[in-house]
Amino acid sequence: MTDYVLQVDDLTMHYKTRAGEVSAVNNVTFSLERGKSMGLVGESGCGKTSVAFSLLKLLPDNAYIKNGAIKLNDVDIVPMREEDMRKLRWSKVSMVFQAAMNALNPVYKVGDQIIEAMENHGLVETNQAARDHVAELFELVGLAPKLMDQYPHEYSGGMRQRAVIAMALSCDPDLIIADEPTTALDVIVQDALLREMIELQKKLKMSMIYISHDIAVIAEVTDRIGVMYAGRMAEYGTALEIFKSPLHPYSYGLMSAFPSIVGAKRELTTLPGEPPDLLSPPPGCRFHPRCPFATEICAQESPEFKDMGNQHFVSCWHPMEAN
Amino acid sequence: MAEIASSPSPIAGLETPLWRVRLRLLKRGIRTNLALFSENPIGLVGVAIILFYFSFIFIHPILMKTVWDPVMYNPVTGYDIETTFHPAPPSATHLLGTDPLGRDVLSQLMWSTRSEFILGMVAALVTVIIATSIGALAAYYGGAIDTFFMRLADIVIMMPYITILIVMSALFDLTLPVLALVLGLLGGLGGATIIIKSQALTIKVHTYIEAARVAGGGNFHIIFNHIIPNLLPLSFLYMMFAVNGAIASEAVLSFFGLLNIRMSWGLMIYTTSYSGYLLDFSKWWLIFPASVSISLLCAAFYLVGRALDEIINPRLRKR
Amino acid sequence: MCADQAIQEPLVKVEGLQKLYPLATGLFKKTSGYIHAVDGLNFEIADGESLALVGESGSGKTTTGKLLVRLIDPTNGAIRMQVDGYEKDIAQLKGSGLKGFRRYVQMIFQDPYESLNPRRTIFDTVAEPLVVQGIGDVAEREQLVAHYLDLVGLSPPDTFLWRFPHELSGGQRQRVAIARALVVVPTFVVADEPTSMLDVSIRTGIMKLMQSLAEQMGVTYLYITHDLAVARYMSSRLAVMYLGKIVEMAEIEEELLNPLHPYTKALLSAVPVPDPSFKRQIPNIKGSISQPINPLPRCRFFDRCPIATKVCEDNDHPPLEDKGAGHMAACHLI
Repeated sequence: MTDYVLQVDDLTMHYKTRAGEVSAVNNVTFSLERGKSMGLVGESGCGKTSVAFSLLKLLPDNAYIKNGAIKLNDVDIVPMREEDMRKLRWSKVSMVFQAAMNALNPVYKVGDQIIEAMENHGLVETNQAARDHVAELFELVGLAPKLMDQYPHEYSGGMRQRAVIAMALSCDPDLIIADEPTTALDVIVQDALLREMIELQKKLKMSMIYISHDIAVIAEVTDRIGVMYAGRMAEYGTALEIFKSPLHPYSYGLMSAFPSIVGAKRELTTLPGEPPDLLSPPPGCRFHPRCPFATEICAQESPEFKDMGNQHFVSCWHPMEAN
Repeated sequence: MAEIASSPSPIAGLETPLWRVRLRLLKRGIRTNLALFSENPIGLVGVAIILFYFSFIFIHPILMKTVWDPVMYNPVTGYDIETTFHPAPPSATHLLGTDPLGRDVLSQLMWSTRSEFILGMVAALVTVIIATSIGALAAYYGGAIDTFFMRLADIVIMMPYITILIVMSALFDLTLPVLALVLGLLGGLGGATIIIKSQALTIKVHTYIEAARVAGGGNFHIIFNHIIPNLLPLSFLYMMFAVNGAIASEAVLSFFGLLNIRMSWGLMIYTTSYSGYLLDFSKWWLIFPASVSISLLCAAFYLVGRALDEIINPRLRKR
Repeated sequence: MCADQAIQEPLVKVEGLQKLYPLATGLFKKTSGYIHAVDGLNFEIADGESLALVGESGSGKTTTGKLLVRLIDPTNGAIRMQVDGYEKDIAQLKGSGLKGFRRYVQMIFQDPYESLNPRRTIFDTVAEPLVVQGIGDVAEREQLVAHYLDLVGLSPPDTFLWRFPHELSGGQRQRVAIARALVVVPTFVVADEPTSMLDVSIRTGIMKLMQSLAEQMGVTYLYITHDLAVARYMSSRLAVMYLGKIVEMAEIEEELLNPLHPYTKALLSAVPVPDPSFKRQIPNIKGSISQPINPLPRCRFFDRCPIATKVCEDNDHPPLEDKGAGHMAACHLI
């Protein structure tokens, strides 16, 4: 029996705006085995951040989960009340936010902020024990323990990002969601941080979801990848499969649009058009207006999210042949 | 060497003359802003009150020509001989009664509206023109110009406002136009400048200003075509508050009898005061119509200002 | 491009370019030192070429770009450009000379949401350089703007002329920015990370557009970016900057395959590769990037260099020299 830490089943989430309802996440299904990492990849507006916030149920007032189930450790959190959800957050599932400076309160010492998070979950017995735990966490993420008594503005960008990772680890969660953790960082700092996150994940046998628009980063860090487009999951499979034999035309287009410094210099493909407006998404398959292989049925019916063999899922009427 | 683009073949669809296109865009812009404004009940209440008083400007001459006897109902020189004791309470002939000098209160109220509006508008315009220009220049050039005007603004804010006006009344003969200019000047050099300058500073750092400079735009071009147009919404907002301030200031100065104007709401209260009826609430029609009008009209402009603020400052906008 | 000439003057020749920012500290704001944002750059760009300037934050690449378009004034040094047939040192230009020069050098900015004035129509934005430089009358400008909007892929142009920036997507706005830069037919364009804020699928469209326009119009580019993969695609030569200095400069494929300077090697091995089966080497570099404040008279890379020796510490920062076949590097140990 595979041990899944997370099972998302047919998740649909909408935002209510003055202009109408925005279908931000639509029929998204995926699951993550305990101790493994997966990536959610897509461009702006594809819904990956919306999925992340849904998993923590940190939704703004005008957003609501219309449909679907999110099973964390086999417990569906969608119908949970906020008080119960609050107990789960940080202790069972936590998040590493994009732009760490926004996640750290500038008027408190970094160590104190982490201890506060632990206190809220009743994990602090004595102050000294808490401080020791923070010191451990800091060493784990590659920060000198004495830094815990300093303020966020005294940290560099890379250091702040590590502090936020330490905060996410503080209550020993089962699942960590990292939302663009290295986007704002220089490439050498990013490299160091990515290596450490891979190390951490192996050492702590942590389950991780990595969200990024940078598929190169996702390729290096994750076991499985979910490609999202216009609120839907276009394809889901192992990293190697997605890169070497993508089945969805969008995945294929995305992979070939990424330049690389390794290998021969090749022609980059362009995807014509723009991602759709989620207020009134196109009928049928949401990618069909831009798809070079679209046929009639693509414009009429939305394709099922099917397993094409070996746990490689695709939602497409004409998946590309693996070559 | 770059090749000069050969004369491009004329592109279809450009036949409409430029001015017509800009007019169309302007109309569209106004329509959108009106729609946004009408969603806010505060703004609509404010506008309703303003329109209510504004109508007085037109109704008064009509009444004077038709229903009212021009001699008796003249707001400044009228006198009702028939009634024995003035101030007379409201009656069929005098809907709001008469004042201690025998003049019809309603007529006074309506006639003064014109002065109030002119005063408010002129003072507001002067304030905004001065504050916007100085704010833009101070933000753009910085240095000595900035320091000078900011210190000047500090002095203007620090000085007791009413005292200055009283001193002004001793120096100048404060007729309505002069008062409007003085109020405009004081307002323009004061707090409004500081706020508009802060806004101009945020505009100055946008990348499109750099882009304009790279295109070859000089200081004048950038200030007039980029900075000031982006300041105008805030300036317009300040106009509303400036009108509020102007009407209230006039009322206070008239109350002290320091102004040289023929009739205003403040003057009505002054008349009540020197006749000794100020605290005589049995003669309520002497003080309430004027003071309520002052409060209402000031409040109305303030409410419109708040509603505009919610449009201009997107963070305040409700979803 | 101009017809082949035996020895052609480079379009842009930068000599000893320096930009220092004074640091004022203390109650009386005494100058306690300088930030050496750009510290003695020497390089050339040939006519019609595209040079990529790559570096991390604090390397000085954006400052260099702004110096070349004279948005910032240099503290020292010369920027010689072929302007209108004559070689001029644009670092010395002022007043109307500066304005005239702006016709030949333009810039494409990074943020498509910030570089367009939200209250002006697309027509006004693209026509602005024409208006300021006094090119054409109203009708001619309308035609020119429409022509360039069409050229950058915003077709049909008359539907875009009267829209406002908020009605366009990020990719479309960046196309407008490109049209604005090219409408005066400049000879030299500095592109400051023009695609880094765009989605991947949009990015390639913009990149291809810039390349095809460069060929069509014979424009020379300085392409500033932190992304080596994009630089590879857009340019023929690559210069790597570190703390205000160029540490390596060569033909791009040569530099990617055969990096000489230890910083370039570290940078190349740090770039993530979109291939799960590829195993990257660990970048060979210590420490973290610092600010170029009052730099010591030694190699700027000394405290992070894995192969640094006493020679590197005792001598001044090495000059950028040709180490063979036009491959330039600034290192004592090569």
